[in-house]
Amino acid sequence: MQKQISLLQSIGLGFLGLGCFIGLWHGLAVSGMVSNIFLPSPVEVYDRFTTLLDRRFAGATLQGHLAASFMRFAYGFILAALIGIPLGLLMGWYQLLDEIVSPLFDALRFVAPIAWVPFAALWFGTGIGGPIMIIFAGAFPPCVINAYRGAKFVDPRLIEAANMLGTPSHRVIREVLLPSSVPSIISGLRVSAGLGWQSLVGAELIVASAGVGYMMVQGQANVSTTTVMAGMVAIGLVGLALDSALRLAERVIQRRRGLEN
Amino acid sequence: MGVIQFKDVGKIFGPRDSGFVALQDINLEIRDREFVAIVGPSGCGKTTCLRMVAGFENTTDGVVSVDGTPIKRPGPDRAVVFQQFALFPWKSVYDNIDMGLRNLNVSGAERASRIDAILNLMNLTQYAKHFPHQLSGGMQQRVAIARAYVLDPDVLLMDEPFGALDAQTRVVMQEELVRLARKNPRTVLFITHAVEEAVYLADRVAIMTRAPGRIKEVLDIASVRNAEAWDSHEKIEDVMDLESFVHLRTHIWRSLREEKAAQHV
Repeated sequence: MQKQISLLQSIGLGFLGLGCFIGLWHGLAVSGMVSNIFLPSPVEVYDRFTTLLDRRFAGATLQGHLAASFMRFAYGFILAALIGIPLGLLMGWYQLLDEIVSPLFDALRFVAPIAWVPFAALWFGTGIGGPIMIIFAGAFPPCVINAYRGAKFVDPRLIEAANMLGTPSHRVIREVLLPSSVPSIISGLRVSAGLGWQSLVGAELIVASAGVGYMMVQGQANVSTTTVMAGMVAIGLVGLALDSALRLAERVIQRRRGLEN
Repeated sequence: MGVIQFKDVGKIFGPRDSGFVALQDINLEIRDREFVAIVGPSGCGKTTCLRMVAGFENTTDGVVSVDGTPIKRPGPDRAVVFQQFALFPWKSVYDNIDMGLRNLNVSGAERASRIDAILNLMNLTQYAKHFPHQLSGGMQQRVAIARAYVLDPDVLLMDEPFGALDAQTRVVMQEELVRLARKNPRTVLFITHAVEEAVYLADRVAIMTRAPGRIKEVLDIASVRNAEAWDSHEKIEDVMDLESFVHLRTHIWRSLREEKAAQHV
């Protein structure tokens, strides 16, 4: 049997891993084996990070860039959830829709979000529309797939119970299918947020005129590797925060359902 | 009214010529406000009989009808109590019971008063705001019975409703069901494999053969119950000690054992 690891230990071990990583990185950077421009040290990146927080670079402070990125992300992600979740549920409920949409959907979801960049820019411009479309392309499939799975794996007895109570179809979808799929949908949203956030920054490298990705491209143009790395750190931190928030939501919902062990 | 009729009913799962024959030549009429239990070895198709009345399953041959109307789909006139309760986990006890009432054309005030009455009758009033997972199995099944009874259905279909409960809870629920059924009689089709439960609860007991399921014998319990005044005994164990009860129970046991023996030949 495996020994239980307490929360405190788990946090401690996380920091241990992070500490080792930064230690190695620092050792390598200051050893002189690698040129400083190839691999700036963690201290330099940290300095650059704090500088970017209160001095403008490429038109905005780091917070400004992050805010711009996050706004785009939020639009694309919410749009993906608003369309993807109902579509997934309906595909799980209506066999006919499933048969019509599934093959198309299954083919399209293998096209990487970044592959949409040329058309995103062409159709929606490089301002707000293009990047939103790319996020949407990244965030949409997990929303659909998990809502669909949730609907497919609903306890058939609950559907029978709702039917014998005379519940009309639209209420069965809203009051049985949707709530029963919520745990699956939430884990879908977690994956979806991760993929959306990843594809956004990728997209900004190419199309945007503000945002973390854009800031990093400008850093690259100025041969400021510390700026690029500070951008990477910021992306990682925001991604981690997003994931933690959705994980928390997942746990709260499971506890309310009495599913927690 | 709530007369259930099985007329020459057959059920084959899969293709007609090569599928599994679950039921054959089922003929049974359950009178209005009669409590009929079907017992039989597992896999004999007794649950399928109930599911056809509920409208979850269609017949391959023959007709199942309620009050002369062939069953097409599920509906609140035929409320079902499932073995695994099938309560909506995200709805409170109150909202679970309200779920079906909302589909009937009933005013908000009447809904509230009917729910309060059934909560009271089933001793659930203090649990109205609880969620199913906060209740024991016995309490959950009480909620499921309340959810069915509140609709005032013509027909009540109970599919091994106490099968998932422990022995003590089971006895309490059986006594309560008798109390409820005497106070507010409905046509009940009750599926079980527990012989004593069937004899204790039902007016008639139908015994089924193993697959393909047929009705082998229908026993009249009600006339014995009335002649021997079973209902004057408050506790289930007192009834079960009566000679008349033991006699019926043994008869059904023997009948079912023949089915078991047939299986081994």
